[in-house]
Amino acid sequence: MLTAVLSGFGGAIAAPWLHRLAPRHAGWLAALLPFVLMIYFISLVPTVAGGEALRFSYAWVPGLGVNLSFRIDGLSLLFALLITGIGTLVLIYAGGYLANDPMLGRMLTLLLIFMAAMLGIVTSDNLIGLFVFWELTTISSYLLIGYKHEYEKARKAALQSLLVTGIGGLALLAGIVLLGQITGTLELSEMLKRGDTVRAHPLYSSILALVLFGAFTKSAQFPFHFWLPGAMEAPTPVSSYLHSATMVKAGVFLLARLNPVLGGTEAWQLLLTFFGSATMIVGSFLAVQQTDLKRILAYTTVSALGTLVMLIGVGTDDAIKAAMVFTLGHALYKGALFQVTGSVDHETGTRDISHLGGLRTAMPITAAAAMLAALSMAGLPPMLGFIAKEVQYKANLSEPILIGVALLTNILTVVAASFVSLRVFTGQPVHTPKHAHEAPLSMWLGPVALALGGLGAGLFSTQIGNLLIGPATGSVLGKVKAVELVLWAGIEGAAGQALALSGVTLLAGIGLYYARSIFPRIAAATAPLAALGAESWYHRTVSGMLLLAERQTRILQNGYLRFYIALIIITTLILTSLMLLVGQVTITMPQNWTDVRVYELAVALIILSATAFVLRATSRMAAVVGLGFVGYGTALTFLLFGGPDLAITQFAVETLSAILFVLVVYRLPRFGNLSSVSARLRSAALAIAGGALMTILTLIALAEPTESRLSSFMAENSQSLANGRNVVNVILVDFRSFDTLGEITVLGVAAIGIYALLKLVVPSEQEPRVETDGSLDGKTEGVPRERTEVIDA
Amino acid sequence: MYSLILATATRLLIPLMLIFSIFLLIRGHNEPGGGFVGGLVVGAAFTLYAAVYGVSQAQNALRFDPKRIVAVGLLVALVSGLLAFFQGLPLMTGLWYPQPLPVIGKVGTPLLFDVGVYLVVIGITATIMFTLFEVEGE
Amino acid sequence: MEFIWAIVIGALYAAGLYMIMRRSIVKIILGLALLGYAANLLIFIVSNLTRGNPPLVPPGATAPIAPYADPLPQALILTAIVIGFGVQAFTIVLFRRAYRSFGADDIDELRTTER
Repeated sequence: MLTAVLSGFGGAIAAPWLHRLAPRHAGWLAALLPFVLMIYFISLVPTVAGGEALRFSYAWVPGLGVNLSFRIDGLSLLFALLITGIGTLVLIYAGGYLANDPMLGRMLTLLLIFMAAMLGIVTSDNLIGLFVFWELTTISSYLLIGYKHEYEKARKAALQSLLVTGIGGLALLAGIVLLGQITGTLELSEMLKRGDTVRAHPLYSSILALVLFGAFTKSAQFPFHFWLPGAMEAPTPVSSYLHSATMVKAGVFLLARLNPVLGGTEAWQLLLTFFGSATMIVGSFLAVQQTDLKRILAYTTVSALGTLVMLIGVGTDDAIKAAMVFTLGHALYKGALFQVTGSVDHETGTRDISHLGGLRTAMPITAAAAMLAALSMAGLPPMLGFIAKEVQYKANLSEPILIGVALLTNILTVVAASFVSLRVFTGQPVHTPKHAHEAPLSMWLGPVALALGGLGAGLFSTQIGNLLIGPATGSVLGKVKAVELVLWAGIEGAAGQALALSGVTLLAGIGLYYARSIFPRIAAATAPLAALGAESWYHRTVSGMLLLAERQTRILQNGYLRFYIALIIITTLILTSLMLLVGQVTITMPQNWTDVRVYELAVALIILSATAFVLRATSRMAAVVGLGFVGYGTALTFLLFGGPDLAITQFAVETLSAILFVLVVYRLPRFGNLSSVSARLRSAALAIAGGALMTILTLIALAEPTESRLSSFMAENSQSLANGRNVVNVILVDFRSFDTLGEITVLGVAAIGIYALLKLVVPSEQEPRVETDGSLDGKTEGVPRERTEVIDA
Repeated sequence: MYSLILATATRLLIPLMLIFSIFLLIRGHNEPGGGFVGGLVVGAAFTLYAAVYGVSQAQNALRFDPKRIVAVGLLVALVSGLLAFFQGLPLMTGLWYPQPLPVIGKVGTPLLFDVGVYLVVIGITATIMFTLFEVEGE
Repeated sequence: MEFIWAIVIGALYAAGLYMIMRRSIVKIILGLALLGYAANLLIFIVSNLTRGNPPLVPPGATAPIAPYADPLPQALILTAIVIGFGVQAFTIVLFRRAYRSFGADDIDELRTTER
């Protein structure tokens, strides 16, 4: 099972190679993986339908209770089949859609990563694991929306979706952690049994708010719905897969998954039905105002997600059943319609419905698939969409408001379905930017398969109900539930009422389609409302943050090095002094401070006077010599106090440093007195304050006891454990050798950096146009001596 | 910078410095010394050589590209740590050959690790100094 | 006896800080070197300064003869010295490259690169 879930990541690595080896068949080859996985998941159907849940666990971070554990129950399986099934078709489709794109390999990689992450979400039994996969889908969605990264619009849309869903993800993580704290477990299978504890807990409302925030942003619920239409910047295969069939349903999935833990309370019902209903209306209302095919579909997706959230909020057995049927039905018809849109765009060069029409003769197969899928979307028998709509009406019959919402949404959905099918494929052919002809096999296979899937599921609704919908509904409700799913429920009682509502929906929808000229007027009238919407707040927040960042950067990062340093010194001074004052630290003079030997004093004086010499030196040579004295003084200090290793190392380094300085510093300019006297005085005052602080801190540190168990352990075990009598060396090469390995790596990097700085010259960069300092020799070749022009080009 | 005295002195000094550096490396586990300082001494020796005879001569004398020496040194250090790992012990556990060898004393992976450090330090010193000499046109 | 070393450390820090606040790039390099010495000495001085023995185990014994200098900070400083050398070389070369590319010996003139 672990292999099945994670194999997508392996496939992702292989995809670019596949593309290189077989550029024309990369899509088909890559699709093999999800296809095999789909077969695997289908093979699990009988077991899971029998009421069993498969579980697999692998300890990942056992100390934190984070396991890589997977569990497949009815709900997981329904989603896993959608992910792998649609994934197969989408990969084939992408191979055709992007056939001439050299970056197809990258697209396949990202799609496979996404698929694996999505499978991880739906099969994960550990909430932290689920969260990791959740964020992986966010990231792959970001990369896929920004696939055409050379367009600013795509980049912006990608960032928008990342920010919105990313912030939601953070909230979700907080919610998960709280849940884990309350229930004492992060394993879902355990947590699902402790719903009563959670619901009775005082933190319940916070958890609910956090989890809902995460789920709502991911599933594009009002008022966060705006990122989804923006995400239509992604290539169509991506929209079809991520932004209609699977990823946006992750939020819905999470709500369904946590229903036994968080659901059933008044707050849950109220919030979910309210936001779900609002999303339904806003989404469907905006959908019919669009002229871009993809945006029409995007907004109907928003509305469909609202429907799902609303149904989960209602929470009755019928409502959950309706949600599960609708999940399946929607994924089938919406996936198909998105791919149809992509094919139309691909073959005609436009997606604007006002420029499209009569394509049924040019693209017969695509047209048939589109019609079939649209029938399902409009909710006509014998499609699965019809059953989904019937059970949805039936579930809401007792709630007049919800019936009203559902009726309005479904009517507008019928209109939208007509737009994407009748408007595009019937009527008189219209001149399009490209001469339209049928899409290749790889691009009509997906729509046809999905549309036929919707038909088949409708015809074989009993089997689908028993094998998929029933187990899924059972897992959401937390109890075994037999689900009866029939195409024709009769005309008595509730079924009859639902059927009547369906009739009204259809008639009103078709009526509105023929009266479609009113939509642009409604759109114009309601346009000012957009300024109040969340999208405008999003833009205001983002631009406000950019402005703030720019302003504070202007002030803090003004390009003057000494300003930065002064800022650091002042901040340190203030913070440290505050701590010293608050902490009532008394500075005690070391007791034996007069105990100084003459040669120690001499070494200290050498260092001090050499330092003063460096400060006052007017020539570079003198300064380098002074610096050398400071270094040798330091080495002597090490020698005096029991550090012979340090002393010899310091001596060796000093020697090399001197050569380094002599080699380079002479090529650097002479000392100049560049700063004004007042600037120098300011620096001196700051520097002295900084130095004094360091002295004080040293004295404080000296007053603290310095017994180190570590040091004495190392000293006493150096011989016995590490066969070495030089404790310092033993620490370096044995006790702490991993640190040393890191340090020599740093050294290697520094050397490569130096080599690159010296040897690699950007071709356009001319050799210096300045005079060199000729004090050592002026014969260096290739260096003009005269300043020819100002360099600031 | 060529002068006869310096050139002759260098000829004599360099073998001495190399021997001294190996001495420092081997005895480093028990007495002051070790890979770091040993490497620095070799680096200084070749810097001196380059200063007197020029970089290309020094490069010839060193035989290997200094950047490659850095890489080999890192690899040696890493392998010395991995040996324990492949024996099922925690990474970088010291492994020792039970019998002390003459002159060198006990031999084990920490010594090998120190050899890695030694090579890295030689490599970086030589890389830095050779490149600088070359670029600054000695 | 530590007291005078506390003074030396303070003086080295003050000198180093003053130098890196200068505009001439050579002075900045010198300042960085001074700060390096200061930091190494600081670690060395505050960790149990002893006039005693180096942390070497005499042949045949199991531990160094007390009082011995603390070996752990010495190991830290030893690598710090060598890394300090690498970083110093890198800084020098970086400044050299900047000087060659922009012809600026005044660090303020390099501001344009940050804009």
